Amino acid sequence: MPRADFQVVIGLEVHAQLLTTSKLFSGAGTSFGGAPNAHTSIVCLGLPGVLPVLNQRAVELAIRTGHALECTVAERSEWSRKHYFYPDLPKGYQITQYEFPICVGGRVVFDGPDGEKSVRLTRIHMEEDAGKLVHESAASLVDLNRAGTPLLEIVSEPDLRTADDAVEYLKALRDILVWIGVNDGNLEEGSFRCDANVSVMRHGSTTFGTRCELKNLNSFRFIKQAIEIEATRQVEIIEAGGKVEQETRLFDPQRGETRSMRSKEDAHDYRYFPDPDLPPLLLTPERIERSRKELPELPRARRKRYVDALGLPAYDAGVLTSDRAMSDLFERCVAEAGEAKPVSNWFMGELSRLLNETKTNTADVKFSPVQFAALLKAIKDGVVSGPGAKEVFAELFATGKDPSLIIQEKGLAQVNDDGPLLEAIAQAMAEAPKNVESYRGGNTKIIGAFVGAVMKKLGGKGNPKRINELLTEKLKA
Amino acid sequence: MKLTEEQVRHVARLARLALSPDELTRYGSQLSAILDAVDSLSQLDTSGVPPTSVIGAATPHLREDVVAGELGAKVALANAPQVEGSSFAIPKVIE
Repeated sequence: MPRADFQVVIGLEVHAQLLTTSKLFSGAGTSFGGAPNAHTSIVCLGLPGVLPVLNQRAVELAIRTGHALECTVAERSEWSRKHYFYPDLPKGYQITQYEFPICVGGRVVFDGPDGEKSVRLTRIHMEEDAGKLVHESAASLVDLNRAGTPLLEIVSEPDLRTADDAVEYLKALRDILVWIGVNDGNLEEGSFRCDANVSVMRHGSTTFGTRCELKNLNSFRFIKQAIEIEATRQVEIIEAGGKVEQETRLFDPQRGETRSMRSKEDAHDYRYFPDPDLPPLLLTPERIERSRKELPELPRARRKRYVDALGLPAYDAGVLTSDRAMSDLFERCVAEAGEAKPVSNWFMGELSRLLNETKTNTADVKFSPVQFAALLKAIKDGVVSGPGAKEVFAELFATGKDPSLIIQEKGLAQVNDDGPLLEAIAQAMAEAPKNVESYRGGNTKIIGAFVGAVMKKLGGKGNPKRINELLTEKLKA
Repeated sequence: MKLTEEQVRHVARLARLALSPDELTRYGSQLSAILDAVDSLSQLDTSGVPPTSVIGAATPHLREDVVAGELGAKVALANAPQVEGSSFAIPKVIE
């Protein structure tokens, strides 16, 4: 079991696309899709004589991320040029932050299978994305729609020790970025991408081994696979008396292997220097502080509060905070209804079901928290029965009409008056004299049949509790 | 500061320049001369001056996040030597 003698060490670099409508340094749009090169400007084409102008929103989102991940947000950060020749990079350099990134330090806290984990961040910096190449049979095709799209690169310290933890870290990071509205969390479309630095060392060692950087990890499953495959490869080299070479390796999910990207090897001389086109980004302490105050409560804190303060089961708290819009709506409904558990039940049951079935976004629901609370009150006051309430809710969800109106229109008001209830009970008893005898003879369970019969006569709208009370009274007489 | 031939070759390669042996020698000595000229700055005592990448630095002008100035594929490709669909077509780059 040679692999068991070794400890895997993992550091992750995440590239997260910032949710801006235009690019980092120009007004070209960032929407996904569209014909190749439709979303380009003179700046993203790298035409001579053009000047980059920084997108204000990208800066705001970067600061927000820094606060959410407990970084130090720098009052001064700088832009550098990173040079390499490749057809997806028209200028011949990428504008990025090198020596002085916008965020330094920070951490991501997440709950792994064996408890709370904290992974330190080295830095977060802003940079522009490159374009896309498609290799056809005869030519390579260049699409610059993505060129210049704003990215955050979030670099972790080599604090992770298993592929599973790496995946948990990434999920937690993605959840936070999506929650604060910085990133859409979409791995398939490439708006959340990850490179992994992997090395191995013998257990008990204090020196890290030589690391390899893994690329092309575009799903959580691939990330886990790639790390494990690469760790095994490195252990085998060391066990055979060899040395791991520091290099960039491409993960091939079809073959289940990582392989060297030799073409990148001599490209590592990037000749960074400060970009003379862009002055340093200066932020006042007030500006940084303002953004901190605007930061919403984060999912982990909210989950904890749902359990501690609202008394919800951990499971409920987890489901309700898996989506920001859902959680925000829940908060507003609880505020109106004055209690949490019934709201949670409706959200996890009927609301989730209807959202799924109708493929509706939580942000687009038609009802207001006031209307929702009114429905809960109607149930509590016995105005509508449990099954009736589900019908009302479905209509409320579909139309956003007031529950009281729906109850009236659909004739769903619960029959609570003793008059009609007693009438139906008398009929039901008259129709089944044998059952009455049976009940009086001690077979009290048969009351269920009477409740059913009475309910049927009332079109399902009778108050079941009151029917039970009145029936018991009459049958005993 | 005399650059070695190896260094000149490396810099040329990074700039994608194919230099003949003749040019290697010629540009090598020119480059060395340029570096010597720049090196004369080190005669100044800068011990009290913080490293400066930009002079006259001010808070940069920031742009509103709105779409403006898109060229569209047709205009973007107008000067392309070769086009396929709405993409720039280039000699195949093999990864």
